Amino acid sequence: MKAVRSLWIVPSIAVAVAFVLLWKYAVDARMVSPVFLPSPERTWAALQHGFAAGALQLKFLHTLERMFYGWICASIFGIAIGALIGSSSTIRSYLQPSLELLRPLPASAVIPIAIAFFGLSDGMVLATICFGALWPMLLATIHGFSSVEPRLYELSEALGMKRTAVVFKIVLPSALPDILAGMRLGMTVSLILTVVGEMLASRDGLGQWILLAGRSFRSPDLFAGLVLLAALGLSSSLLLIGLERWLLRWRTVH
Amino acid sequence: MINPGQHTLARLRGFIVPLALLSLAEIVYAMNDVHSEIIAPPHEVLRALSTIAMDGTLWNATMQTLAGAMAGLSIGFGLGLLLGAFLGISSFLDRLLFVSIEIVRALPSIAFIPIAMLIFGFGYRMELSIVAFATFWPTLLLTRSAVSSIEPRLLEVSRALGFGIRASIWKIVLPAALPRVFVALRLAASVALIVAVTVEVTANPLGLGYGLMSAQQSLQPATMLALLCWLAAVGWTLNSALLWTEKRLFGRMTSTDFTR
Repeated sequence: MKAVRSLWIVPSIAVAVAFVLLWKYAVDARMVSPVFLPSPERTWAALQHGFAAGALQLKFLHTLERMFYGWICASIFGIAIGALIGSSSTIRSYLQPSLELLRPLPASAVIPIAIAFFGLSDGMVLATICFGALWPMLLATIHGFSSVEPRLYELSEALGMKRTAVVFKIVLPSALPDILAGMRLGMTVSLILTVVGEMLASRDGLGQWILLAGRSFRSPDLFAGLVLLAALGLSSSLLLIGLERWLLRWRTVH
Repeated sequence: MINPGQHTLARLRGFIVPLALLSLAEIVYAMNDVHSEIIAPPHEVLRALSTIAMDGTLWNATMQTLAGAMAGLSIGFGLGLLLGAFLGISSFLDRLLFVSIEIVRALPSIAFIPIAMLIFGFGYRMELSIVAFATFWPTLLLTRSAVSSIEPRLLEVSRALGFGIRASIWKIVLPAALPRVFVALRLAASVALIVAVTVEVTANPLGLGYGLMSAQQSLQPATMLALLCWLAAVGWTLNSALLWTEKRLFGRMTSTDFTR
């Protein structure tokens, strides 16, 4: 069954290639203005040119680095605070309403405040990413910790386990699926906020690159940036899915 | 299980932390007597909120943001619903498009700001096109999984009755998938608000996001924080209104998980 499913990837890739060809013919036939939509060849040429000049891979690395640090920072805070709140129903009753109120707040709305505190700096971008990506992980961790099967707690009591042992042997593994799902969502949020932060604070990276390319009507460069951003988004999410599979391999397959 | 008395007590507890933080902010501000250009005490934020509420700028900005978000949502949700339903019914099509969808979906929606700026310039059209792109994907994925998890026997019935694809979508698929499609709508609506504000903060001179940025740039921290609180209230209201409608319409039917 699984082999059959993975065989489907071949025609699926063929369809994606067909879309690229369609894109090429649409541009060649002048159906769309080349100012907005460059042909795939010109995009590819812009990519090659950017990499040959050495500018594009640096920007790619800057964006990757920023996204990764922000995400790690958010993961540490999100999981630690989430574990604290999730493991005690008393703390939850004090904090949950405030969290529910803050949750629908768009993360980008704190950018002006971050600018007020940090200026247009790397610190501001990092703080925004960290704040924005914190929420999915925090809420997922709280959910994971608070929905541990109660009988497992009873069992740990009966076995006379210490509190740290309970956390590491029972609660954490049982909350892990939730936490990992939150971390995956947090990664998406980090990439978005990295791009926004780079655009606003003019930090060297792909966000700034595509903004400048757009402003000066260099659409091939703009699309080269988009291709790299898609590659970054896709590879980071594939990596996390792989990590998730590996960490959760003890779970029964359903 | 929880008796009503305990419930109200638990609700009151929720107020303690925010109230304590606000009072602490007031006390610290009163003791230090500083004039800050980056932060303001709660009473000044409240005053700023009433000022912008009185002179109408708040309503204007709110309406602009909501107009951009809702127009984009209706396009993105509509198209996502349509394609999601098709992919949910036809697993053949779904598998063929799988790679293309995953590639385009991986793009952060905000990366389209420069293209939308090239095509539309500043204004509503740019904002709503990005909101439409951003809301299209969650709608597509959730609708697809909602439709593909429909009881196969219902589809057999529709085939036995000789329904065409349009009739089977309208009469069988949509009603059966509706509870989870509504969940998709709720999530897409919150995405729409987030993306609209992000576009305004980043580029578009419209709405609450732009108001926040210009308040920060003109060193009016009270107005900035007032707008932030207002935005949180708008987001919360939108979310709870949709949540309430969902509970009202579908009850517990939506509590299934979305893992595909």
